[in-house]
Order: sequence, then C-alpha cells, then structure tokens
Amino acid sequence: MALTNETIKERLIAKFGDQLSHFEEPYGLLTFEAPKEANLKVMQFLFDDEELRFQFLTDLTAVHYPDQAGRELAVVYHLHNLTDNIRLRLKVFTAIDQPDIFTATQLYSSANWMERETYDFFGINFVGHPNLKRILNVDEMEYFPLRKEFPLEDQTRIDKDDAMFGR
Amino acid sequence: MSVEHHVKLPEGSIEKTTTTLNLGPTHPATHGVFQNILELDGERIVSAEQTVGYIHRAFEKLAERRPLYQITTLTDRLNYCSSPINNMGWHLTCEKLLGVKTPKRVDYLRIIIMELARISDHLICNSVVGVDSGAFTGFLYVMQYRELIYEIYEEICGSRLTTNMGRIGGFERNFTNAAFEKIEKFLAEYPGVLKEFENLFTRNRIFMERTIGAGPISGERALNYGFTGPNLRAAGVDYDVRVHTPYSSYEDFQFEIPVGSTGDCYDRFLVRNGEMWQSLNIINQAYRKIQDMKGAEADVYHADAPAYYLPEKKDVYTKMEALIWHFKIVMGETEIPPGEVYQSVEGGNGEVGYYLISDGGRTPYRLHFRRPCFIYYQAYSELTKGAMLSDAVIVMSSLNLIAGEMDA
Repeated sequence: MALTNETIKERLIAKFGDQLSHFEEPYGLLTFEAPKEANLKVMQFLFDDEELRFQFLTDLTAVHYPDQAGRELAVVYHLHNLTDNIRLRLKVFTAIDQPDIFTATQLYSSANWMERETYDFFGINFVGHPNLKRILNVDEMEYFPLRKEFPLEDQTRIDKDDAMFGR
Repeated sequence: MSVEHHVKLPEGSIEKTTTTLNLGPTHPATHGVFQNILELDGERIVSAEQTVGYIHRAFEKLAERRPLYQITTLTDRLNYCSSPINNMGWHLTCEKLLGVKTPKRVDYLRIIIMELARISDHLICNSVVGVDSGAFTGFLYVMQYRELIYEIYEEICGSRLTTNMGRIGGFERNFTNAAFEKIEKFLAEYPGVLKEFENLFTRNRIFMERTIGAGPISGERALNYGFTGPNLRAAGVDYDVRVHTPYSSYEDFQFEIPVGSTGDCYDRFLVRNGEMWQSLNIINQAYRKIQDMKGAEADVYHADAPAYYLPEKKDVYTKMEALIWHFKIVMGETEIPPGEVYQSVEGGNGEVGYYLISDGGRTPYRLHFRRPCFIYYQAYSELTKGAMLSDAVIVMSSLNLIAGEMDA
C-alpha cells in the first residue's frame, strides 16, 4: 500500500480541516499551504502520524513576493517520507513587517542551519530557534539580501537596457 | 549553542581552563576555507563550533538575473570535485520545467559522466582520509586516475575542473572517438588500481585503528541531521536518489547500494570504496548499451528542443530559422514557462537539490540549491564531542566537506 498524494491530502484535511489550503500538484509533488500559527502542528502531525511519517527534512528555504500585501514572505519546506518514498512541499506565508515563524529545530536537527540561512537572507524570525544568527553573511550586515528590493546590479547605470537583457 | 571559551576545568586537572584552538579558516587539515573553533581539554575536544561563509558567492541572487543556460556555470562551483553531476542535475531541472524529453543515448552518456564524476569525488575523499591518517602513497597513486577522468572531461567539453558540461537537452557536441577510447582505458585500468588502493587501506592495521570508532553516528541521528549520500549510507540507511527517484534513466541499470552500520570514518571509507566499484559497473553497462545502439539512435546527442538548444553553426549561417533561435538563445530572450520544480540528483556527497520557481520571465524568479555538505556539516560538533584532536581532522576529511558546496 503505497502512500499517494490523495491519501495524504485526505488525512491532512481530516485532521486540520480548512486550515490548509491551496492544494496543488505541480510536476507530481503535493504542495499546500498552512497558516503560520499552525506550521509546527502540521509538521508534528506529518512527523508522528503512523501512516504519513514525513521524518526527513530535505530542504527549507524562503521566497519573497513583494506584490502580495500581507503575505510577502513564504517559507517553503520540502519533506520526504523515506519509507514510502514520497515527497511533499509545505508553504507558510507571513507578512514582511512581522516575519515570525515557529522553528522546526525540535523536530529536525537539520533545520538549525537551514533556518539560520533563511534568516540570513530573508530576515525570517524563527521563534524558538536556539541560535538564530547570520551564517553565510557577515554579522554586521543590516539587511536581508535575497529580498527583491535589493537589485543585483547598480541601478544608476544607464549604459544597459534592461528591456533587452534579462529581467 | 555557541561555544564558551576557556571553560574552567575541575580541581586536579593539569590545566586550569580549556584551550581554544582555531582549526581553519586556512589550515592544511580543513582542505577548504571554513573554520572550527575547538575547546580542548588537553587533546580531548570539549566542544566545537563551526563557521562557514568565507567563500559565499551569492549564487542564488546571481541566478535571478541569468537565463537558464548561464546558471550552469554557477552549479560547477558548488561541489567542484564533481562538477559534472551538478551540471547534469541543473539540466535535468530545466528539462523538467520546460518539458524537454531527452533521448536514451543522452541519458546514458550523462550517466557515464556522472559516474565518472562520482568516482573522482570519492577517490579524492578516500585518499585524503588516507593522507590525514598518515598514508600519502594512496593519494598520489589514485591521482593519476583522477587525471585520466579530467582528460575525459576535456575531450567532451574542453575544461577540467569547472566543466560547464552539456546543454539543456543534451551535450554541446557528440563524444569523440578519443573520449570513448579514454573511457575504455579507464574501465580497463582502474579496477586494478582500485583493488591495490583497497589493499593499501582496508585491512591496514594503522588505518583501521585510526578510523574505526572515529566520529560515529546512528542512522536515526543521521536522518535527523539531514545526512544523505555515502555518509548516510555508512550509518546503515539505504537511501539513494538514483534508486528512490530515478532520473536520467537510472532505472535501466542494475547496481547495488553499499551500506555500513556504525557510521564512523571507517564505514564511510568502505561505503565510498564500494560505491566506486558500483560506479564502474554502471559505466560498463552504460557503455555497452551505447555501443549496442544502431542506426539514427547511435548518433543522437541532444534532444529536439530548438528554443533552448543552440543550433549547429553551419545551420546558423545558412538557415533563417536556425539564425533566429541562435540569436534568441544567446541574447537570453526566450521566456521560460511559469512553474515550480524540485529536482534532485545523487551528488558525490548526497542529495543535490534544485528548487526552481519561474514566474514566466526570462530568468528564474527564485532558485535554491540544496547543498548536502552545508546540511550535514552542522552535525560535526556532535560527531567530535569527546574525541581526540586527531580524530577531528579525520572526521572532517571523511565527511568530504567541500567549501564550495557549503557556501553557495
């Protein structure tokens, strides 16, 4: 009895009801959204449930959508059930002026540095993280460089026409 | 969790406080630019704190302004001991997003290259474990064969370390006869060398005493720490992306996954050696499959994807359509479809993942690399707690920490 996306979805909805939304399957990978208050509860359920057993955190990162007012930052978790070999993607959105999200370090030791990296680049405040400080950038940095308001190239340059080249 | 320095030692100790020792950022034993701050009681490690980020190059930010084919050069510089695997992983990610279907021959050629890269990655790691335990000979001995692998790369793509190999849809040109001859030479000669390399180490008393029991980790802890690749398999968990989520037609091949049990340096060494044998086996199978191909199938080296794969130069000069595609690709004017893709490959150190979000522009909206080294290096302080200083060095080399992969 291999676990399928449908059964995962059914079990999650049975447990959390309409708290979870935006169920999708881009390229076969079950993707859904959880409210930021419930991210840890959902992950704990995915971790502990006898059938689901998503006990491997593959990846944790964030995305910045400056145009979505009130939900500018998305934290994206890729979880993997190694027993049934199925993956899922969990997204949690938060407002940029209060980017507090519960840490997953109690569940996964691997989340420690991944959350530090996400904090370093996006400024997400992982509540309850044991050592939330910058990891790849210098400690004195005052901004979060992967946010979209920081353009890659010097915006005062006039010799390059962006309409023709790249973004 | 940050380390307290100069911790008071109990009454009766020779020293009053612990000694702080900086292992790195530039130290011959780190084999890369990263730092370990060790607190030592005599020669015993009380605690360790790792610092990374010395060669952070903002690849994820850079990628947001580059068309897909220009990002291949960024992936080279992640794990630079096995760049072709990263290149192929990136092409696979793009192909998944764009819906490009590659011919079987391309898949098999890619597998040959990826397995060669795995061998060159593992043989560097294992011979460096030897160097750090005092045996230099093995390192020099296998280096000849890394050179041969690099010559094969050179025949295929023209460069050696940062390869930028292949294109979306296939390879930039067909493999030459010289490349196939060198692959044959490698297949004929390397088994003997690997056997002798194993003879030097596997039952070597000094090597065993140095590595058995050094830096062990249980399967459960390893999973919780996000270990993948040989380091996870050494702890007894048989997770391999090639088998669990086959890509590039790995499902057509018969091979075994070597596993260990204790997760210590010795098991990691044995797993990597075992994997080299399996890689040789896979290359043999792939090479035979390619030789057996007949007719048009036997010459194909790229998919039919004119919007992303550069046309041949002679067509660019003579055909209008080819000229248009050439111009559009080189100027980065092709829009990529919107979508969200996660693709992973089994790299030298574990699951190398690419999380690509496209909003339909010419460049990715967001690209994130899952770098296995970065994720498992955080276990280092747990692995070395209570160990000797000399163990710290050997644990570091047997984890195969590559600074380029940690910092991205």
